[in-house]
Amino acid sequence: MKDGAKLYRKEISEYRMKLLFIGPTILVLIVMNIFPLLWSLGLSFTNYSSLVSRKISFVGFANYAKVLSDPLIWRYFQITARLVVVAVGVEFLLGFGLALLLKERFKGWGLVTTLMLIPMMLSPVVVGLFWTFIMDANFGLLNFLLSLFGLRRVLWLTDPKIALYSIALVDIWMWTPFVMLISLTGLLAIPQSLYEAADIDMASFWFKFRRITLPLVSPLLILAVLFRVIDAFKMFDLVFIMTGGGPGDVTETISMSLYRLAFNKFKTGESCAMAYIILILIIALSNLLIRWIQRTRA
Amino acid sequence: MVWKVTKSILIVLALVFFLLPIYWIVATSFKQWPDIFAIPPKFTFRGTFVHYLTLFNIRPEEAAKFGQVGKSLFPPRFLNSIVIAGVSTALSVALGTFSAYAFSRFRVRGENDLLFFILSTRMLPPVVVGIPFFVVYRALGLIDTHIGLILLYMTFNLSFSVWLMKGFIDEIPKEFEEAALVDGYTRFEAFFKVVLPQALSGIAATAVFCLIAAWNEFFFALILTSERARTAPPSIAAIQGTSGINWGQIAAGVTVFLLPVVVFTFLVRKYLARGLTFGVIKR
Repeated sequence: MKDGAKLYRKEISEYRMKLLFIGPTILVLIVMNIFPLLWSLGLSFTNYSSLVSRKISFVGFANYAKVLSDPLIWRYFQITARLVVVAVGVEFLLGFGLALLLKERFKGWGLVTTLMLIPMMLSPVVVGLFWTFIMDANFGLLNFLLSLFGLRRVLWLTDPKIALYSIALVDIWMWTPFVMLISLTGLLAIPQSLYEAADIDMASFWFKFRRITLPLVSPLLILAVLFRVIDAFKMFDLVFIMTGGGPGDVTETISMSLYRLAFNKFKTGESCAMAYIILILIIALSNLLIRWIQRTRA
Repeated sequence: MVWKVTKSILIVLALVFFLLPIYWIVATSFKQWPDIFAIPPKFTFRGTFVHYLTLFNIRPEEAAKFGQVGKSLFPPRFLNSIVIAGVSTALSVALGTFSAYAFSRFRVRGENDLLFFILSTRMLPPVVVGIPFFVVYRALGLIDTHIGLILLYMTFNLSFSVWLMKGFIDEIPKEFEEAALVDGYTRFEAFFKVVLPQALSGIAATAVFCLIAAWNEFFFALILTSERARTAPPSIAAIQGTSGINWGQIAAGVTVFLLPVVVFTFLVRKYLARGLTFGVIKR
């Protein structure tokens, strides 16, 4: 009987503790995430503009229809997709390649790998800023390096055919280290005994790579790529600081055009509708990632 | 042998690719005005501290030569960055550690759903969340206030902090607390006196990641602040003189801004993979 009471008291205190420890977090997330999202869902059905004060009227799905029927939006989606595919594709190849090079430890290994990881820790807007300096057509370092190889100077950020790939280049500079780090973690976790067993069987390098290395690191590779795709899809800072969407609209990513709609044109209602369309896409992508996380954890 | 040499060359090339841009901006911050725009670019030059001196208003008269009007705004905004990143980090790590402990040690109804709800809040694109925040903050008078940005960064880092801390606390053996409970400690005492000290390195790593994320953040600072609470990233981006962009001062600002991040990166180098994947990768 005494024990029962004690157990009961313990359970009560555990319950209180759970509430006390988790409650604030959930409360913060609801107030700071769910509430603004619901507010903007409401606004997406109105003609509200945060610039002009006029009577707010309900417009139904007009904002959604307007956004979805705007051919430019699809163009911006395409631009974003091209940026994501090019940047993440190269990051994947370079990052995985580098990880293979760095698989075996050598003197100064720790220092070299940590130095390589610095770019991904930096602020994207600051990175974009100093790359703009490096990519300057006249006094920039990049064109000087090209000239050493006898190549002609490139208008990195003002040539409409090249600007998008210049931004991709900076993204690659920043995020290849991330793919490298994740791949390296995977590679280092492969038990050496597998390779030793394969060596006894006189397995070729290619065979070992395809049958041991690839299958064992691929879950982590996919994780890295998913993280990168979701992040690159949101690309804003680099574009904002390097080209502002130009020249013309060739680097206008979807985040950039949403920013313009909301904070330059102040079409708040319409921008909320567009935000929701993007949100649904991101949620679909994130669900993929989250499922993958659950599988990797298991 | 051939392979070994090729490999070394490739590694050196990669190192140059990743470090040269950073070296270049740091070098630029010490160059004299004409050398910054020299064609071809100068690799050797006579150094100067003038850009740092004008950045911190120590020799403001020099700044006029580069077309700067009035005082440099960098020092107060740098201070804002320190305050906002620091306070928001302390809050999100504290809240995150408490929740992580509860998730790790107690049976919570709908635990997985809750955890993934928490994670999903971090996946939203800043621009998408930014619009409602702008509207709500304006209604509440939180635009351009420190508290507004602190609350936002706290939320932004909270999901991350919960996930990372849960991983760290999961690794602390339960036996320690159970022994303490048997000794007559209450759950609270066991948490504060046994678990927290064991989790210190994890807490430190989590704090560093939150600090860097808040420190680097640009978009929310851009749309939600203008003067009083503006942080360093949007102000570095806005340094301009009347005679074009004042690259010398920008380079100095960038260098001062990047230095703590590089130091912190070295401090948490063991936890980088873990930190960048929300603790999914454990090594």
